[in-house]
Amino acid sequence: MNASTLSRSATSDWVLLALFSAAVLTMPIWLAPFGANYPDLMQKFAIFGVFAIGFNILFGLTGYLSFGHAAFLGVGSYTAVWSFKLLSMNVLPAILFSVVLSGLFACVIGFISLRRSGIYFSILTLAFAQMSYKLAYSVLTPITNGESGLQLSLNDARVLDAAVGIEVTRSLPTPNLFGLELRDEAAFYFCAVVLILAFFIALRIFRSPFGMMLRAIKSNQTRMAYTGFNTRPYLIWAFVISGMFAGLAGSLMAVTDPLAGAERMQWTASGEVVLMTILGGAGTLIGPVIGAALIKYFENILSAFNAGALNRAFEALPDSIQPFVVDTVGLFVGDGWHLTLGLVFMLVVIFLPGGIMEGVRRIGGMFRREDRASVPNRSTAPGAAIDSAG
Amino acid sequence: MDALLLQILNGLDKGGAYALIALGLTLTFGTLGVVNFAHGALFMLGAFCAVGMNELLTISTKVKDESITFFDAFKEVPILEAKFPVIGPIIVDYSVPIAILFTVPIMLLIGWVMERGLIRHFYKRTHADQILVTFGLAIVIQEIVRHYFGANPIPQLAPDVVAGSANIGSWVGLSDNVVYPWWRLIYLVFSLLIIGATFAFLRFTTFGMVVRAGMQDREMVGMLGINIQRRFTIVFGLAAVCAGLAGVMYTPILPPDYHMGMDFLVLSFVVVVVGGMGSLGGAVLAGFLLGILQSFASMTEVKAIIPGIDQVIIYLVAVAVLLIRPRGLMGRAGVMED
Repeated sequence: MNASTLSRSATSDWVLLALFSAAVLTMPIWLAPFGANYPDLMQKFAIFGVFAIGFNILFGLTGYLSFGHAAFLGVGSYTAVWSFKLLSMNVLPAILFSVVLSGLFACVIGFISLRRSGIYFSILTLAFAQMSYKLAYSVLTPITNGESGLQLSLNDARVLDAAVGIEVTRSLPTPNLFGLELRDEAAFYFCAVVLILAFFIALRIFRSPFGMMLRAIKSNQTRMAYTGFNTRPYLIWAFVISGMFAGLAGSLMAVTDPLAGAERMQWTASGEVVLMTILGGAGTLIGPVIGAALIKYFENILSAFNAGALNRAFEALPDSIQPFVVDTVGLFVGDGWHLTLGLVFMLVVIFLPGGIMEGVRRIGGMFRREDRASVPNRSTAPGAAIDSAG
Repeated sequence: MDALLLQILNGLDKGGAYALIALGLTLTFGTLGVVNFAHGALFMLGAFCAVGMNELLTISTKVKDESITFFDAFKEVPILEAKFPVIGPIIVDYSVPIAILFTVPIMLLIGWVMERGLIRHFYKRTHADQILVTFGLAIVIQEIVRHYFGANPIPQLAPDVVAGSANIGSWVGLSDNVVYPWWRLIYLVFSLLIIGATFAFLRFTTFGMVVRAGMQDREMVGMLGINIQRRFTIVFGLAAVCAGLAGVMYTPILPPDYHMGMDFLVLSFVVVVVGGMGSLGGAVLAGFLLGILQSFASMTEVKAIIPGIDQVIIYLVAVAVLLIRPRGLMGRAGVMED
């Protein structure tokens, strides 16, 4: 165990939570210099932060790489929109049902997939994700509305709303929290609160005996079995919890934009959350959130750097080399931001497998020379395998 | 009966593609122990070799259009056709077969570079890390192709002489209405030839013998004094060639677009898993089986009974195999069974 986990206490956890909440809630302020403080993008930060936190509970703690979480995201989205259509525009029933349904779905898929481990588990989840995606597009179109996506309409049933007496408006209603309409800023703060709650839950899981068991499974599952622990319930619970987080993220996507499409369920969307978690640092608390924010930032800001913006940015350069520089940089921004993402991801996996958090830790380690004599050599310590779990 | 024959041929055709791709994938996994998520990208690169060759052969120049006398009009004519009026059009027409010839060295080079530059450093790392880095590589390759060739599918044409359909009905004794495109038949024969060549190479050459020994027990081969690491590069190149050839031949059937790598990747992994990871015969067998299964599942009669079955049958089979017999159809007992 490294120094930070040994010295943790309840106080430092609360401090961490307070700092995180403050950072998230003040995002509109400190994101301004980066040009990222518009509600749409900040909502995405929060939503994918929740998704990545959930995925991290499975992959970061147990080491099981699942490519199927996009299916739970999709289930969450569709459930939320159906709740908007059938029950009420209040977001609480939508979120509740999303989480429950995606949890059930995750239970079924997890029960089957977790019979195998390693790469077979990954391929099983991949197969299930693709199956859900293809079914959503073809057979289940009554439920999912296929390619056009599931949308709200004026004459939806909305039983609960009618029972309470909320009258039908002329235009499409927006999701609300007991009357408070969730648009733009309000929606962002709602998502931010959910993110903080999700972070809190993840924090408690990490520090609990349950989290300890999950880390033990990652370090040596066979030995766990030999010492008499049945690892399957823990794995299934981890899978279900991460599935519920994914469903929660999906429902938040529907809250901010009441439209559910099947392209969210493709396995490449699962690949996106894997990228986010690895980039930020699998197994750490804040890493996935940072990874999610970075990737969404790249996606929205970097992809807006088209030729015009690049030319403006490099105006100061002499005319002879400006086109050359613009062309070269233009390969990596604008439409080519995927290329940058892939390259950064490869570099992270090759050189910095612990993600950004490992980079931070290494830089911090360079400044902390005094303790070298007292801290045992990390690479040979028996806890080195668990060390990366942060 | 007609529909049955057509579906069988369809299935064998698709199965040929799946088998070729899965063959390369299982070769890398069995020999190198590397899970290569960039294999779909290699398939896509092969397809874009054909596109690139076509663009190369049709580099055009402006020639005066004689048919318009009203004003001076110019039309784009490929240089080959303009300079060599007889043989030029033939060369342009045969761009896909010419591309096949050039795909072999190109894919060998790409495989060599990939193995030397990246894969080599990941032999000792976990499967998860290999998956992640090759996934990243696949994204990078995909984006580079998209940058240079655009995001739209670029249809390629088979040579004129085989662009039509064969009257297979009359060969087999069925009605004359049963036709099947020539190129697909050629593809089927070609994929069988490549698979046969690979198997022959592995069985009848010393190099192949060492590779097969390495697939069985890599440590032992090292202890016998054979440096199997040096052969890995060539094996990876061979796998890349298999995928590339599958891709380049497939272009008249499916217009290549930058995303086809990812689509075929999932399918090829499913095929490898069903056949048995590390088993070459299993990969080929599973490829053809799943191709035929998918074909039958897309028959209208079958779809009437169980709607949507054609989309999911392959994944259902994969799930069933993974649960009941994880080593696959022809995998070795005890390999990766938990």
